[in-house]
Amino acid sequence: MRYLPLTADDRAAMLAKIGVKDVDALFRDVPKSAQAPREAFDLPDAKGEIEVERILSRFAARNVAASDVPFFCGAGAYKHHVPATVDHLIQRSEFLTSYTPYQPEISQGTLQALFEFQTQVAALTGMEVANASLYDGSTATAEAVLMAMRVTKRPKAILSGGLHKQYIETVETVANLHGVIKRAMASPGRAEDLLPLIDDQTACVVVQSPDVFGLIRDLKPLADAAHAKGALLVVVVTEVVSLGLITPPGEQGADIVVAEGQSLGNGLNFGGPYVGLFAVREKFIRQMPGRLAGQTVDADGRRGFVLTLSTREQHIRRDKATSNICTNSGLCALAFSIHLSLLGEEGFTKLAAINHSRAVELADKLNAIPGVSVITPAFFNEFTIKLPRSAAEVVEELAMKGVLAGVPASRLGYADDLLIVAATETNTDEDIAAFVKALEEVL
Amino acid sequence: MTTYYTDQHEWIRVEGDEGTVGITGHATEQLGDVVFVETPSAGKVLKKGDEAAVVESVKAASEVYAPVGGTVTAANEDLSGDPAKVNAAPEGDGWFFKIKIADKAELSQLMTEDKYKEFVAGL
Amino acid sequence: MALNSQGRPSQPGTAEASALPTISGDRGLDHEEPLIFELGRDGKCGVDFPDVKVGDTHLGGLRRKGKIGLPGLSEPEVVRHYVRLSRNNYSIDAGLYPLGSCTMKHNPRLNEKLARLPGFADLHPLAPQSAAQGALALMSELARWLTTMTGMPAVTMSPKAGAHGELCGILTIRAAIEAKGEKRTRVLIPESAHGTNPATAAFAGFTVDEVKATPEGRVDMDSLRSKIGPDVAAFMLTNPNTCGLFERDIVEIAKLIHEAGAYFYADGANFNAIAGRVKPGDLGVDAMHINLHKTFSTPHGGGGPGAGPVVLSERLRPFAPLPLLVLEKGGIRLIEDRDSAPEGYKPFGRMAAFHGQMGMFVRALSYMLSHGGNGIRQASEDAVLAANYVLASLKDVMSAPFEGPCMHEALFDDTWLHDTGVTTLDFAKAMIDEGYHPMTMYFPLVVHGAMLIEPTESESKESLDRFIAVLRGMAEEVKAGKTERFEGAPRLAPRRRLDETAASRKPVLKYQAAE
Repeated sequence: MRYLPLTADDRAAMLAKIGVKDVDALFRDVPKSAQAPREAFDLPDAKGEIEVERILSRFAARNVAASDVPFFCGAGAYKHHVPATVDHLIQRSEFLTSYTPYQPEISQGTLQALFEFQTQVAALTGMEVANASLYDGSTATAEAVLMAMRVTKRPKAILSGGLHKQYIETVETVANLHGVIKRAMASPGRAEDLLPLIDDQTACVVVQSPDVFGLIRDLKPLADAAHAKGALLVVVVTEVVSLGLITPPGEQGADIVVAEGQSLGNGLNFGGPYVGLFAVREKFIRQMPGRLAGQTVDADGRRGFVLTLSTREQHIRRDKATSNICTNSGLCALAFSIHLSLLGEEGFTKLAAINHSRAVELADKLNAIPGVSVITPAFFNEFTIKLPRSAAEVVEELAMKGVLAGVPASRLGYADDLLIVAATETNTDEDIAAFVKALEEVL
Repeated sequence: MTTYYTDQHEWIRVEGDEGTVGITGHATEQLGDVVFVETPSAGKVLKKGDEAAVVESVKAASEVYAPVGGTVTAANEDLSGDPAKVNAAPEGDGWFFKIKIADKAELSQLMTEDKYKEFVAGL
Repeated sequence: MALNSQGRPSQPGTAEASALPTISGDRGLDHEEPLIFELGRDGKCGVDFPDVKVGDTHLGGLRRKGKIGLPGLSEPEVVRHYVRLSRNNYSIDAGLYPLGSCTMKHNPRLNEKLARLPGFADLHPLAPQSAAQGALALMSELARWLTTMTGMPAVTMSPKAGAHGELCGILTIRAAIEAKGEKRTRVLIPESAHGTNPATAAFAGFTVDEVKATPEGRVDMDSLRSKIGPDVAAFMLTNPNTCGLFERDIVEIAKLIHEAGAYFYADGANFNAIAGRVKPGDLGVDAMHINLHKTFSTPHGGGGPGAGPVVLSERLRPFAPLPLLVLEKGGIRLIEDRDSAPEGYKPFGRMAAFHGQMGMFVRALSYMLSHGGNGIRQASEDAVLAANYVLASLKDVMSAPFEGPCMHEALFDDTWLHDTGVTTLDFAKAMIDEGYHPMTMYFPLVVHGAMLIEPTESESKESLDRFIAVLRGMAEEVKAGKTERFEGAPRLAPRRRLDETAASRKPVLKYQAAE
């Protein structure tokens, strides 16, 4: 077996040193009834690289990759170009095969990268502090709700109907244990009025912008209304590239900003691994979940970085921890950070502008098709169209024509005739033309 | 002015109806460098044994319990900016909060300084 | 003849290099590296994009006004920055990584390659299911391996890490209890447990009650018996436990728990010791998360991402969270909402958006296929053999609190350091100067000054022998009173010990330009 360095002679010599006859003797504490022989496992024997690659490639070949076709799916995961440099750098052994940086003397690479990541996330969101990442956007949203309940010592969270439905379900699953969740009805294409729902028991209002239908929402009135009642505003961003073009939530009064960071540095990966961003106002840092890298000095007075404020975490506080989270999404955060370093201010704002202009172009062309109307007035790179019939059927028919046209809103439990469509810098003029032509044909 | 101690390593110095509460030198030695203190706000009503404050060091976080019941009258605001005071003078500038004692009879369940020293020696 | 006039000496000479100051501050291959914010300048960019003008028509009046504050760097500068940073990290690729309970084993690069196939890496989670049948088939194949190895009937794939899997398992148990209309409020946890266990139970709304350990480092059955009762929801146990020992009484434990109507949750963090030899299902386990990043070697990546699928017993299966995978005529269907769940299923909710850590699934399945049933069994045996070899080779110079054999990790305490002036921390940090990552320290909490060594099956005998020789040498120095090098160690790492007190008292969590 290519991954196992011990030879039969090695094993014999080691057993002799230990003073036992065979390896079974080392398993003597396992009850006899629980010892299963090899034959008890209906599993094949070891395989070489060639065979393994062949088998897994067959699985891969049965999927339609985003790069294979004109592609317009979004709704929480976006197809962007990731520079080759990113993947090369994250595969360096020292990043890929190191553990959580608990020994800072020999983990400065990871720690400094996380410190830089935190700085970038704070800048993008317009917030004061960010953590070193959480699992993904949806779990980060749940953590934000729990944090708001801790900070305000209030039980109720109000979720906008424009929040991605699977995010809503994730929040409800964990936050229902600690409080009450009220969700507003979805109103595709317009911002529902959440103000009447806010009362003196409200811990937070959670709103996504751009929302699941692509709508950019004005957050300031919500922030003011929440603050007037002593509640926090939690803003969710599922497309971080939007922050290159639109006013960041931090400048609109958000108290906690969470985001899905997949768009930068990370592939679609059929939904994971992704990377959750989590940024807050400075006064809340000790209530924030997840790991934090902080700057300090070493015994010789040189600048260095450590994991800090770790008493909030499970390995010290145990049943009093702010969250049960153990890992973050380190390597995905690194990919995010490297991609953003390559982009810089100039590249990132240009990327955002390209995304928006592609979407505007696509929206105009789709809107011109008889029976089709764009229902999202303000959007970044994603919008929703109303079709004369079932969007799920249309998507299947377009898939047969080699176009992945978007996510039917019905897949997330919304109306049957709505299609959520995203365009990014990866879409060419030909892609857009192919989509428009195919849609005209099936309608 | 008498100081009483708990087996959870809090002290309370009583003047009239009011007590000043903090953690003992022994507690700070066990915790190491204190990095953060969360104190209760004035007006908070506590029962004896309630969680009143939180003290964090680099390696540990601990609750500080109310040695007696009563109403919090003041918290040591200096600690948020300078938690090192707890290590430097645990029974002086490093006090946590002041409490108006509801029932002074509860003090009789606490230890005297000598008793506490004996208690710590036996740990 | 022509004489070589270059005159370059070809022998190294005898210069004392160690304390040599340098003008740059760098030392040979060791480079100090500034932050990207200190390196970047306006006017530079590491990507080439056209300049596209966009109007305000569709932005709802919310166009960004101010600058973001991101530094500009060209591609070569970015590459150099991260390469230099990386060189300040220890890694399993570069050396033995004996972190107990973390399972730092070899990460095969085949797995990386396959996870990057466009059919996986470039597949959208909400692509039509007809366009993702290969992904769904891969998930169900991985599920088959996991259920076969554990002897459990079902598995839920979506949890994103071990702790997330724990939470998923406990919420499944909670749902099952609620469905029976029972009220159970306590979760029993041994005092030696990982910190995530009590954190998870408390997070899920249960009160945590600790079960004592025996002097032999196992669950104290009397303590367990005294705590079990009709209000107990579950017992959470890591087996092999955090002391590296197999819980011999496990069958009896499961019986006690089940008789009380409670559920048996196993923390699968240490499954790598028994995979391919023991089926947790045979031990009476009701739910167990599996850390794909430990047992099945998906890379730790400096702290994630992980993946924590949870295997479930028949009585918990109906409560597994969304999404569900169902085999149907013509393909595999992913069920994403409660209303479409098959008859009898009552999913308790959803752990995260989408369907789980697909990238980790591909790597784990690649690992499994490469090893096969025989290789996985051999890997577990080698891991246990290596740990026992380390234990047997060091227990005369260091002190082991429990009698062996151990499982996949060897535990030492600090009895042998008494009166030497050297602490567990000093000893472990001095290992850095010797070129090793320290072992896990001060965990499990039940052992004083614990040092937990997990060598894994990836080390050759030569590597183990060298590691043992170094640790023996260090231990002998301690015993001989040569302790100077331990105080304040390490001295030869990119940084010496860092001031954690200052970092916590006045947190600096992001770069701020000098005023």
